[in-house]
Parts: sequence; structure tokens; C-alpha cells
Amino acid sequence: MIKLQEHKDLTEDKNIESASLPPRVFISLQQHLGKPLDIIKVKTGDLVKRGQCLAASDKGLFSPVHASISGVVKGIGNYPHPLIGFCRGIAVEGDALDEGHEAMVPRSPEEVDALSVDELRQVVFEAGIVGLGGAAFPSHIKLTPARPINDFIVNGAECEPYLTTDYRLMVEKPEQIIKGVKLITKIVNPHNCYIAIEDNKPQAIKIMREQARAFNWEVVVLKTGYPQGGEKQVIKSCLGREVPSGKLPFDIGVLVHNVATIYAIYEAVYLRKPLYERVITVSGTCLTHPKNILARIGTPVKDLVQQCGPLIREPKKIIMGGPMMGIAQFTMDIPVIKGTSGIILLDDTEAGPWHSGPRLGLDKESFCVRCGECVEHCPVGLNPGFIALAIAKDRLDLAEEYGILDCIECGLCAYLCPSRRNIVQAIKAAKVRIRSGKK
Amino acid sequence: MADKYIVSSSPHFVGKESIPSIMWTVNIALLPAGIIGIAVFGKAGFWLVAACILTAMATEYVIQKGRRQPITVSDGSAFMTGLLLAFNLPAYCPLWVGAFGSFFAIAICKQAFGGLGRNIFNPALAGRAFLMAAWPKYLTVFNKPFVYDAVTQATPLGLLKEGKAHSVVDMGLTYWDLFLGNKSGCLGEVCIFALLLGGIYLLYKKIITWHIPISFILTVAVFTQIFKGDYLFNILSGGLVLGAVFMATDYVTSPITKIGQVIFGVLCGLLTSVIRIWGGYPEGVCYAILIANATVPLIDRFVKPRRYGVGI
Repeated sequence: MIKLQEHKDLTEDKNIESASLPPRVFISLQQHLGKPLDIIKVKTGDLVKRGQCLAASDKGLFSPVHASISGVVKGIGNYPHPLIGFCRGIAVEGDALDEGHEAMVPRSPEEVDALSVDELRQVVFEAGIVGLGGAAFPSHIKLTPARPINDFIVNGAECEPYLTTDYRLMVEKPEQIIKGVKLITKIVNPHNCYIAIEDNKPQAIKIMREQARAFNWEVVVLKTGYPQGGEKQVIKSCLGREVPSGKLPFDIGVLVHNVATIYAIYEAVYLRKPLYERVITVSGTCLTHPKNILARIGTPVKDLVQQCGPLIREPKKIIMGGPMMGIAQFTMDIPVIKGTSGIILLDDTEAGPWHSGPRLGLDKESFCVRCGECVEHCPVGLNPGFIALAIAKDRLDLAEEYGILDCIECGLCAYLCPSRRNIVQAIKAAKVRIRSGKK
Repeated sequence: MADKYIVSSSPHFVGKESIPSIMWTVNIALLPAGIIGIAVFGKAGFWLVAACILTAMATEYVIQKGRRQPITVSDGSAFMTGLLLAFNLPAYCPLWVGAFGSFFAIAICKQAFGGLGRNIFNPALAGRAFLMAAWPKYLTVFNKPFVYDAVTQATPLGLLKEGKAHSVVDMGLTYWDLFLGNKSGCLGEVCIFALLLGGIYLLYKKIITWHIPISFILTVAVFTQIFKGDYLFNILSGGLVLGAVFMATDYVTSPITKIGQVIFGVLCGLLTSVIRIWGGYPEGVCYAILIANATVPLIDRFVKPRRYGVGI
């Protein structure tokens, strides 16, 4: 674990504010881990309402998508996508009325209590909820474990620099999160429930402790460090146990959900509200007013950036997600998707020759000097430097023997490397090659 | 808004250490020992340091230029090789000898292998070993401290080896003399205090960790205590502290894992002790580290970090 320069002070005291209504949104058919949605329920020219289901599928791993504004379907085609370049999506032109779908009627507490476990899972599924920490794994699948769940961990670590969405949710919406946790405990019935928060968020720790007391849930204070919030790391820090290599947390009876996902589950069950908006940290020193914005899914990045005041400097990089694992974008026309936790604008003003700062990808690599920093700090105990050297020699077999497939791609190795070697970058590319070779 | 953003794979953030920052930090840490070395042996020491550093940097520049490689002379690593080589030579050693050693260290031991990061042996020590083989007479004559003239005097370890003295008292010295530098020896090794100061600075800056220096020195202490009965003398004499803190900890030529580094340190310590006690030379740090350097690939092959979720 490494303490990074966090820059969370830019937004951590900013209340979540609603974004202004976007004039047009692009709802991508690929916002979940799995294949793109193939059943489109609307056609060009249709009127849609906020919360209306636009597309789904009938097979495999998927999660439906919903309209985030009311308006007219302008087109169905290929639109920019933050992770895969371009993807099929649905463009909705807003009518400025923001009319909600009739079905979105809040449930009374009694109605919520009356829901069976299967009904709850169905609600989560229909609301299109995916893991909002970034992986976008469909949540209803995680709530249908093949084995009994012993420990449930609420992941509030939020270890990526800049991001403050989970923190603001814990500070501003603790009752709702607790209600969400209760729903999940009803579904999977764990023996123990933990709420894991890093010690750089004392306010959130205090608030969640007060809320959790009534239920005997333990708030686990984690040491601040990157990548503390990674699923495998949070499990080790909370339970002192490890997920065996190549296995999933289910296999040791553990379920981890991110705070934002739990909040979305609360909204889906209590408010009958599908996942059409989420909190996004829009941050960076290029912005006059960095903010935590409640944004509609499908809003182009530039609309959100404009709401943070005029740019102080022109950014060099636009990152979706955090600076350690996020994806650099080539345009601000990219729409946000369910998994977008942050929009970070970076430029090189903080980067002196010997100082930490944004890595613009222009650094010259020099040869590995075997300093051992990447080995010492690799959260999964790999030797990233050697793996990268094996890849450079096109020895993927050796890379695999060194455990390349266990890499969680946190990026610490490349962050720490004094030779500025693109270690994790090489690993990511090689993993794709290895996996495609196995198919 | 124009689409002119840089696209690259994550991470989009970078730490503060770089090769130059690390190398220059080590050079700074060597400064106190250098200043005291020059104070003890006079300006001849200064010229030796200058000759070694300049030759090292010039050699690196010419070779990189010739190989059409990026010029990295300013990163401080050639500077460090020159400085460390000078530290490992007697102060009154002829300048051309030092220069030749520097040339050999950079040209043969570093650049011939491909440059920084690819050399097997510590260049400064390999340079010294080369000089020891080529012109031993210049490397085995040491000078009396604080006379600033070519008045020779054997090193404490030399006296012990030749049987001319059996204890510190026999030599007319105290442990404080050994610790502070009032003794004959190589330019940079005499003042243990200054070397420790530099070592503490490097530990504080997290450039090195305790693993190699402590395991190295401790092994020598235990081994020499058992066979010679004077561990303190063995720690404070010769190049042990210089070698353990600044030479054995060279990233490129030491193991990559912490456990591997401890094994490496113990091996260095054992070899040093064996050479000192039974070998033909009074001092063994240089050869001990060079031999241990050769075992590093083997150590790295067998000592691996424990992987998360494996073997549970």
C-alpha cells in the first residue's frame, strides 16, 4: 500500500449538487460487464420518459439501461464510449420537461418489507444496477451467490486520488445507505457485516458508526493507502483472509459491494428508481469549481465540465475514473456511463522533473534498475518488473508463470517506477493476448 | 473545445522518484565521507576524486554518443561510479590509475553490458578489482592520516594480517580513532561516522532499506567475533561500512526481494570474514560483494515474493 497525493481536498467538502438537465444524452448499450444489449425497446422518433427502459437482453450477463431524461429518440447508432472507443447506443433529445416514468412511485416501508428475497433481486435487476466502483458487474448476479455468504463488506474505502463520491454519499445519505445494506443482508443473509472506510475519512467513519450501531455492524477503519479499496485488498484488510488465486470472493463466502452501488439499490427498492443518474466527482486543478455532481447517465463530459466554471488552464488529459485506473479520453463529447465515478482533468503544471504529478504518457522509459519498488509494494505479491521484462522478450509463458493473471491492474508499479517503465500497461496488453489465446 | 487530449493507458499519475533523483541523493549522502576523507589525506584526495568522476562521466558520454544512445551523463550514475571508485582507492594513488579504473568501470563493467540496469557487477568495485590486478603496488600503499604528504602507513587490517599488531592498543589507536577516521586506509572508507550519517540519510529518504547493510555488518560481526574475538575492530576497520551501506546496496547488482537482500547481505558478510581471516588479502569487502553480485540472478530465481491468494 502506498499513500498517494490524494487531491481529495478539491471536492471532499462540496455537497453533492444536481447537474443541470442535459439537452441530449447518449445511452450506451454497453454499460455492464458482458455483451452489449441486443434487444432495443424503442425506435427513432419514439417519445421516452425518464426512467423508461430502453434496452435489455434475454441471455447471458447483462443489465438493462434506462432513459435518463424525457424526450425523443433521435437515433440509434455508434457513439463514443469511454472504455471501448465507440459502441452502439441510443441518443435521446431532451424536451426540457424531465418527465418521470409513471412506474416510479416510491414504495412505503411496509411494501418494502413485504418484498421477498427473489422479488428484491428482480427489482435490482430491472433497475439496471451494476457495480459502481468501476467494474460494472451486474449487481443482481452478485446478490445470487452460489454459496452461502458469511461476510458482507460495504466498501467505502475509495482509495483512488481525487474521487470523493462514496465519501459524500456516506456523509450526506447515511440513512439511505444503511437501508440499502439492510436490503442486501435480507437477500444474502450474511453472518457478519462490515463497513470498511479508510482513516482519511473521519467524518464518514463517525457518521456510519452512529448509523451502524443499532444493527451491530462493525465499521472497520482501514489504513489509508492505495489500492486499499480493491476487492481483494479490502477483504484481506477486513477479514485477514485472502481470495485464492483465480477464485472469486464468493468462493470464500464473502460479498463486497461499493457504497454507491448500495445507494443505487436503496433507490431502486424504496423509490422504484432505475439507475439513470449517479454521483460523479468532476475535479482537477484546471477547474475553477471542482464538484461532486449528480449527473444523468449519458451526459456528455463537456456539459458537466462546463458546470464547474470556466477552465483555468486547458487540460492535457481527460480521465474517466480515477487517475490510477481511469481511462484517458480523446474528446469531451464522451458520455458518462454507469461505471463513471469521476471525471478528472489533468495538466502538467504540477509535474516538475523530480516531483510527482500527472503522467502524461510522454515520459521516456529507461531500463529497469531493479530497485524493487514494484515488488515491494505490489498488492498481490507479484514481481511486476520481471513480468514486464518477460513480456518485452515476448515470453508470455514466463509472464504467466510469474502470475501475470493475478494482476489487479492497480498501476502502483508504473506509478512507483523511477525508470518510468510502462509496467502495468504492458501487463494489461499481455493479459488480453494471453486470454484471447486461450479461447 | 478542440480534441487535443493526450490518450495513454493508466496510471495517469506518477511518483516522485526518478533515476536522477535517486542517484543524486546517494551522491549527496556520500558527501560527508568525501569531505572528511579529503580533510584526512589532503588535497591529493580531492584531485583523485575529480579525476575519477570526470573520467567516468566522459567515458559514459563518449560511449553513449558512439552507440547513438540517449545521453544520460547528467543522471548522476556515472558520477557515483567515479566517486565510489575514488573512495575505494588510497588517496595518493596516481591520478592516471584512478582515471584508468574509472574508464574500465564505465566502459567494460557498465556500458559493455548495455548501460545502467544491465550490468552484473558493481562497476566501481569491478574497476577497483581491475586496478588491483593491473597495478597492485598503487593500491596497497596507504598513507598516514593528517600529515598531507606521501608518508606511508599500513592500515589497521594490514597490520593485523601481517601479524605486526594484534589489537587496537598495539597499533597505538583507539576505537574512536577507527570510528572518526584517524587511521590509514582508502579515501572514502576512513570515517565511519560520516558514512553512517550518509547511510541514515539514505534510510530516511527510503533510497535503501536496512536489509543489506545490517545483515552484512552483523554477519561480519558475529563471524569475526567467533574466530578473532574482536567484532568492533572488524566493523570499524577497512571498507566494511562503505561497502555495506553504499556498494552492496546498489540496486542493479543486488536482489530484488527483501528476503533475497538479507541472504545477499549474509553472503557478503561471510565472504568478507573468510577473506579477512584466512585469505591472502587483509581486506575482503570488494571481492565479497563482487562474488555475491554473481549470485544475484540465482537468488532472484528462488526467492520470490509471496503471492496473494496462493498456497492458502
